[in-house]
Amino acid sequence: MTRWVGARVARNEDPDLLTGRAVFIDDVTLPGMLHAAFVRSDFAHARVRAVDGSAALERPGVRAVVTAADLGDYWRPGPLLVPPPPIAGAVFHQRTQVPLARDKVRHAGEPLAVVVADSRYLAEDALEAVRVDLEPLPAVVDLEAALAPGAPLVHDDLDSNLAAFVPQGKGDWAAARAAADLVLGRRFRYDRGAACAIENRGVVAHRDPNSGQLTIWDTTQAPVPIRNGLAAMLGLPESRVHVVAPFIGGGFGPKIMMFYPEEVLIPWLALRLGRPVKWIEDRSENFLATTQERGQIHDAEIALDRDGRILGVRDVFLHDTGAYDPYGLTVPINSQCTLLGPYRVPAYQSEFRAVFTNKPIVTPYRGAGRQHGVFVMERLLDLAARELGLDRVEIRRRNYLAPGDFPHRHGIVYQDFTELTYDSGDYLPALEKAVARMGWEEFVGGGQERARREEGRHLGMGIVSYIEGTGIGPYEGARVKVEPSGRIDVATGVGTQGQGHYTAFAQVVADELGVEVEDVRVTTGDTREFGWGTGTFASRGAAVAAVACHAAAKLVREKALALAARELGAAPEELVIEGGRVAVAADPARSLPLGELARRANPLRGAVTPGTEPGLQATAYFGPDRGATASGVHACLVEVDPETMQVAILRYLVVHDCGNVLNPALLEGQIQGGVAQGIGNAFFEQLVWDANGQLLNASFMDYLLPTATDVPAVETDHVVTPSPLNPLGVKGAGEAGTIPVGAAFAQAVEDALRGSGLPGAARLEILEIPLSPNRLFELAREAAREPAAAGTPGAAVVGARESAADPDAESGGGGQ
Amino acid sequence: MAETLQITLTVNGETRALEVEPRLLLSDALRHGLGLTGTHVGCEHGVCGACTVLWDGEPVRSCLIFAVQAEGAELTTVEGLAPEAGALHPLQEAFRAEHALQCGFCTPGILMSLVAFLRERPDPDDREVREALSGHLCRCTGYENIVRAVLRVAGGAKPEAP
Repeated sequence: MTRWVGARVARNEDPDLLTGRAVFIDDVTLPGMLHAAFVRSDFAHARVRAVDGSAALERPGVRAVVTAADLGDYWRPGPLLVPPPPIAGAVFHQRTQVPLARDKVRHAGEPLAVVVADSRYLAEDALEAVRVDLEPLPAVVDLEAALAPGAPLVHDDLDSNLAAFVPQGKGDWAAARAAADLVLGRRFRYDRGAACAIENRGVVAHRDPNSGQLTIWDTTQAPVPIRNGLAAMLGLPESRVHVVAPFIGGGFGPKIMMFYPEEVLIPWLALRLGRPVKWIEDRSENFLATTQERGQIHDAEIALDRDGRILGVRDVFLHDTGAYDPYGLTVPINSQCTLLGPYRVPAYQSEFRAVFTNKPIVTPYRGAGRQHGVFVMERLLDLAARELGLDRVEIRRRNYLAPGDFPHRHGIVYQDFTELTYDSGDYLPALEKAVARMGWEEFVGGGQERARREEGRHLGMGIVSYIEGTGIGPYEGARVKVEPSGRIDVATGVGTQGQGHYTAFAQVVADELGVEVEDVRVTTGDTREFGWGTGTFASRGAAVAAVACHAAAKLVREKALALAARELGAAPEELVIEGGRVAVAADPARSLPLGELARRANPLRGAVTPGTEPGLQATAYFGPDRGATASGVHACLVEVDPETMQVAILRYLVVHDCGNVLNPALLEGQIQGGVAQGIGNAFFEQLVWDANGQLLNASFMDYLLPTATDVPAVETDHVVTPSPLNPLGVKGAGEAGTIPVGAAFAQAVEDALRGSGLPGAARLEILEIPLSPNRLFELAREAAREPAAAGTPGAAVVGARESAADPDAESGGGGQ
Repeated sequence: MAETLQITLTVNGETRALEVEPRLLLSDALRHGLGLTGTHVGCEHGVCGACTVLWDGEPVRSCLIFAVQAEGAELTTVEGLAPEAGALHPLQEAFRAEHALQCGFCTPGILMSLVAFLRERPDPDDREVREALSGHLCRCTGYENIVRAVLRVAGGAKPEAP
């Protein structure tokens, strides 16, 4: 039955992508098509005095110039995509983005007007002729300053820049702290950057005058909600609006954001002008107009007993949500929940403040806040291990949840509004695999020291754990149909941005229907093909949409067997379905091809059995009770040059548990690519803002993505604990590669530098990401200046009753 | 309308005539003038490499060149790689076999650079492939499988992970 599921199958979609035939958004061309370009604010924060498009309208080829005033009733703030979960004591101020700024601009790049012309060149020519009169205001940039009394307000109708406050917890932190042998606290800063899909966003809209149908091509990860939302905004029946998410050149989260101003305006313009209208984002717009992730500042404490067992954790953090908060609290709640990791944490007290700033909107980007939480917990454990004289692996071993602890209820609320509950897992085998494969014991037992003494090499090893909430609801659906040709047609509502859905979903269906994978044609992201669904996010393609494909294929299989039984004069249980045919198992000569059965299921004349449906087709839906929990261990070996602070990545290993695996090649691809993004996050990528809220590195010349010479081959290994939440036992793997990468490198680089012989190196702590060579140099210099064993500025060991190891006494080694 | 110029160039073995404004980028001329939309545009400032095409056999970034400069040039785009419709170039085959593409947006430019690279260095090692590839940005794959695909087509043994 599982000839295909679990196999390393080459992808169905590759031939079109490799030959240039695949249609991406900017490849959509329609007769009479016009092109849009946006006037965007140069200021991060300003009052809008006037926007006047009349002069631009006189420019050659310009067909329309639209400002906020021209939108009439169509101007309204966007919807709140994810309402705040029901958490006692939570505060949330909803302020969502607008189609065109009217009274105020709240981040540089916010659109003020749109110009539509015969070509993009002409539209851009006319942008300068739009007269924009802005009164600049002081910008809110720094997270802590944003909450200071008297700070300028991003939203004038609020009395501060607080966007949300969410306290969550369990157990008794005060008691845990009082009972602890070691309490250790630090301030952590974790910054993330832009998703930088190589394809920018785009929207094309066209109302066909013959059919009345409005078709919108959109680089969205959520075509069905886009259709439903636009139909409501435009006052059209959903059946009159057709949204196509064509081949999409990478999503990574920001393309799930709804509704971008351009998404709202381009369909409206197409209806108003009676012509197709296209807008394609350029790279400089992408840095300002597409959502991002950004920084959090955590003040965290951990309380442990002398054996290194966690008694409790307290974490208070700030989250930068940018100028608006349409995505609710998903990102900071992910941070809050994921911090707990694979560990038993009896007491947890956590609260965060989301803060409005004059910067682009923050919404999930691959990992979606989980990185921040994992970094804090893993670093706390590393530092605690050092204080207690424990091995960094051993402290993790002692705190893992045990296989008997599942399902594990955490007593706090997750982003999907259900109680944070781990469905299944077994964490120790992944750790032990990593320990063995990396040669951990040999390394910390003398290998590291030997390399330094004999070869002058400064090596460091990092080994960290993480969990990843995946596959959340509410649901996805799929329709499976046998064509008279014998080929199988599958449609589902999620969008695809390179994950291999055309193949993974086909594998699931091919197994049920006994056909070749290449005979299964999958359509995703076309609302006319399938009009129900929520979208591609939270690693839910495999754990939700593939399960719906599986359920629909099973129904089709039953129909095929029932019909074949009748036609072949056999009982259904006597039949087998393979090689594209249904045959009597004991007498394979008695068989019918699936295509012939499809034809017979849809006769032109004759009586139809009451209660049956025509054709070999079925639709099914799947919605899990709650999300699954994938997990794993990342380990790395680095070499740091203490002169230049360049970090060479010598090895990187991921031992991963995402439940049952549909296609190992696709899974390994997700991991390798995810680690590459994690390397970018850890070492290269940072959005740099000046005090006026101007982004100083808004190009690929200045914002560096990792290249082929920066990313090593990632070794992978797997542990499988199937999810009980779905019949395929899958969990999802989209984000696992990126989540703990910063934590792994921080540990490894610190490990290497502590033994470097640099002055004060034994005091050096890495409490932040990213780690450019420049920043590492600064950290080393700060450590050299520190007078005593107090760690880095802002860091303090509070209330340690007893310290098992003096950090200064360590001249290096593995930090044990 | 702005002044236009008539240019003639050879693309994928076919002579094509185009009327272009002097400021029209070659990438836009190929994509929107000639309908060769396999060449993609990712940054328009010459960093990402998605728009790479072959110009008299050498890889160039078509977003950094005006179409008028291509008068008389012989260009190859991704549409011209496969020997015939329905077939794949050996490097395209290797990309599929090694899962060297995910979203596939950067892939056409990478293929063009690497075809030229393999012509110059038919038997490269891992490091040389990475150097050649480092002029391209790919956000999905983490590059490793692209390196494998090149080594596979170059006839090198499939490299083991270190």
